Amino acid sequence: MATKHKAVALISGGLDSMLAVRVLQEQGIEVEGINFFTGFCVEGHTHAIRNQHKDKQKRNNALWVAEQLGIKLHIVDVIEEYKDVLLNPKHGYGANMNPCLDCKIFMVGKAVEWVKEHHKDGFDFIITGEVIGQRPMSQRRDTMPVISAESGADDLLLRPLCAKNLPLTKPEREGWVDREKLYGFHGRNRKPQIALAKEFGLNDFASPAGGCCFLTDKNYSDKLVDLWQARNSRDYEMDDIMLLKVGRHIRPVPEFKLIIARDAGESKFLEGYRKQFTSIYALSHSGPMALVDGEIKEEHYPLAAAIVARFGQGREADEVELDITVPGQESMQIRTSPLSAEDVPQEWYL
Amino acid sequence: MSREQLDARRMLCPMPVIKTQNRVATMTAGEELEVICTDPGALNDIPAWARINGHQVIESVQDKDEIRITVRVGA
Repeated sequence: MATKHKAVALISGGLDSMLAVRVLQEQGIEVEGINFFTGFCVEGHTHAIRNQHKDKQKRNNALWVAEQLGIKLHIVDVIEEYKDVLLNPKHGYGANMNPCLDCKIFMVGKAVEWVKEHHKDGFDFIITGEVIGQRPMSQRRDTMPVISAESGADDLLLRPLCAKNLPLTKPEREGWVDREKLYGFHGRNRKPQIALAKEFGLNDFASPAGGCCFLTDKNYSDKLVDLWQARNSRDYEMDDIMLLKVGRHIRPVPEFKLIIARDAGESKFLEGYRKQFTSIYALSHSGPMALVDGEIKEEHYPLAAAIVARFGQGREADEVELDITVPGQESMQIRTSPLSAEDVPQEWYL
Repeated sequence: MSREQLDARRMLCPMPVIKTQNRVATMTAGEELEVICTDPGALNDIPAWARINGHQVIESVQDKDEIRITVRVGA
């Protein structure tokens, strides 16, 4: 009896990895999915926090894709290990703080480890939904061999959607998969993928415009760089990267910034951090919860309070009373005139 | 039948799913795990994770701020 070969697929939750799996399933290959959580994944988080997303279905696309494909999905927490990828990318950054090539090498490398651990169960190669020319940094003809080599996957990494444009891999050479039934997609044109999805009867799929990572977002990357500069240290904790996704970030002086909720959902979320951060909110009027990130001296309390008051219902009032609570200390109340929109210079906004 | 509890409050998805997955990996078939969380995304994600990996959600309760999802470990 012929040995049955199985593949593990990197599942992002987008269309390409979904199609890559489906192409192999058509050939009778058993596939399981693996999804890596770096902390910067767009999935879920902000949908769960902000009011404006309340009508959106709060689904994790990687899980959803796995269910549509009928495959198991292993979600792996790589938050700690990913720090080294982000802080020291051998191949540098893309347009923002996105270390796309190093990220892909890291993830394929983790899949190589997974395959080694599960080789006894028949897993012996890796597939991705990569397409030559689709992404400017990680999905190029010249970077694809770099990913294969530096991840340690070598010829065990198969890209079913563009395999015909690439050298033979072991699964093709050994006849585990039929190269003729793989594809030769290339470039940023999504029409071939959309057509293939239609052929497979897949009508519902996620297609995030900037990929699935916050690091490709300029505003998010700018806030991350600001955080490092303010702390004089290129490091971060999970709470930091979560809080960069929430609220307005305003830095009136170098020593601290304010994270001001934009709606009730964000206020509720920020409330959960009041034991870790100094918090400010209006008592006399409705208004947002705000956290202070950094060192705030008492002399700056009136300024911080006046900024927070500017974003509440009391913004037109002569005076607003606010609560300032430093963790572990008695709360104090402060009365101040809210700043006007013109009093908050654009350069304070991060 | 043993029943364990997992505190995933204040975690945002997919962390409650990852914590559930990792705890279930240490349990045996038929045992139950009650996951307490606050992210409403878990109401969708934990059952989806359970379905595709052969486990069963036997109870899902949501009160004002907390969600309790009980998973029975599959074979």
